[in-house]
Amino acid sequence: MSEQLFKVTIDNITIEVPPGTTILNAARKIGGDVAPPAMCYYSKLEGSGGKCRTCLVEVSKGSEKDPRPMPKLVASCRTTVMDGMEVKNITSERVVDARAGVVEFLLLNHPLDCPICDQAGECHLQDLSYEHGKEATRYEFQRRTFQKHDLGPYIQLHMTRCILCYRCVFTADQLTKKREHGVLDRGDHSEIATLIEKSLDNDFIGNIIDVCPVGALTDKTFRFKNRVWFLKPMDAHRDCPTCSGKVTLWNRGDEVYRVTARKDEWGEVEEWICNTCRFEKKKTSDWVIEGPRLINRHSVISQGHYAGSVGTVIPTETFKAVNDGRQPRLLMDIHDISEVNQTGTSLSAIERPAHSTDFNSKKA
Amino acid sequence: MQALTKRAQAVDRKPMTLMERLYLPAIVKGMAITFGHIFKKKPTVRYPEEKRPFSPVFRGLHVLNRDEEGRERCTACGLCAVACPAEAITMEAAERLPGEENLYREEKYAARYEINMLRCIFCGLCEEACPKDAIYLSETFAPANYARKGFIYGKDDLLIPDPKTEPEAYAKAKGERN
Repeated sequence: MSEQLFKVTIDNITIEVPPGTTILNAARKIGGDVAPPAMCYYSKLEGSGGKCRTCLVEVSKGSEKDPRPMPKLVASCRTTVMDGMEVKNITSERVVDARAGVVEFLLLNHPLDCPICDQAGECHLQDLSYEHGKEATRYEFQRRTFQKHDLGPYIQLHMTRCILCYRCVFTADQLTKKREHGVLDRGDHSEIATLIEKSLDNDFIGNIIDVCPVGALTDKTFRFKNRVWFLKPMDAHRDCPTCSGKVTLWNRGDEVYRVTARKDEWGEVEEWICNTCRFEKKKTSDWVIEGPRLINRHSVISQGHYAGSVGTVIPTETFKAVNDGRQPRLLMDIHDISEVNQTGTSLSAIERPAHSTDFNSKKA
Repeated sequence: MQALTKRAQAVDRKPMTLMERLYLPAIVKGMAITFGHIFKKKPTVRYPEEKRPFSPVFRGLHVLNRDEEGRERCTACGLCAVACPAEAITMEAAERLPGEENLYREEKYAARYEINMLRCIFCGLCEEACPKDAIYLSETFAPANYARKGFIYGKDDLLIPDPKTEPEAYAKAKGERN
């Protein structure tokens, strides 16, 4: 069968895509602001999408043969393109308005505890709410609460933050042989949990941290250790027998605070990584560093990474050369006095969140 | 040439008038101004005993605030540090243990919090960035010190006194504005 391409126009930009492509994927091919946001759809996970409704778009012309517009906004992650289809995303006021409403609905039960949440700074829901000006809440009632579940030593579950996108369920289904967690109960009570306290210990289960669009599933070994925008993302790899070993290290100085998979421009992982790489290799010597990871300039993560260099090349010191070989006289070495970021002790070496017992002040 | 501003004025080189040449009237006029000040209200403030009121927008030394129950408000979210243009603020966070609920308001707190007063420019952006009302610029100055190391302020220097055990010290540190 000869491959016939469908012509689809999204926000007045025409692109040809193979039949069966969804509107979202066609828009992602164009890229930029035209691509609708997605909280539940994940291109690497089969069957994901259709739950969060943030990717709603307006179809102003159904196809060449049937040019009638679709009466309602459609979920672009689940709607395939037709030949001659015309789609409006950000050019449609209806879409922008509806999306702002969806964001507000998602935030109904989502606690606004971003100051505490480890996902803050790389949270898709946070980005989305700020983009739509919905960072404050109008909700006046008690938010849903849950019994705490322990998912083992590596993964921290915050069920109150969950938006039930099912990505972690699909990840466990498609990456591991046996899924041990899932969504229990229904409606307002539905929650991610293991049936009868079980710890998740599959070798690839750490990937559910990366797929989580909010801070519901976070890395316990990184919990509260640092904020992502103070860390430097570096591409690195290692010879891993179980996975590709291609990761992003989140460094502060030479300390590796966190290891994640590499994420592309849509916030999706490029290659899944195993638990050993993610949780156990927290030394720079374990990794071959390739260089700084390119971060969007508008992301908070790129703050403090000055002008193009993310610390790969140490600038040559000119002081000695112009001062007859004299070293500058240090009037105060901050590390002698400051107790924060001590060079000797490393928070990243602790495998659990730091507690008050880990901070024995040297002054006291 | 037309002057651009009214400030530039040509020097008056006219010969002095008789009144000016007499000299004494000008002296008397000047002395009248000088001695007139004796009877005016003195602007001098006898500093340690008497203090001038602070302006309502004065930005002084930082305090780390507590809530009504004396728990620390700071959750070490890092927004003050990221807002700080002088990069004076650093912190390390920790998780609250069971039994420490009376010490810290949230699950996460700043185990260490430091402000380098040598770097700080007292711009108040940390106060504006704080989502938890945890940091305030108070109505006091950073005291002088002989050594540089005395300007690294840790949590023990910055934390406000507990409002339950030391209400007077708390009210004093908080100032009248907040």
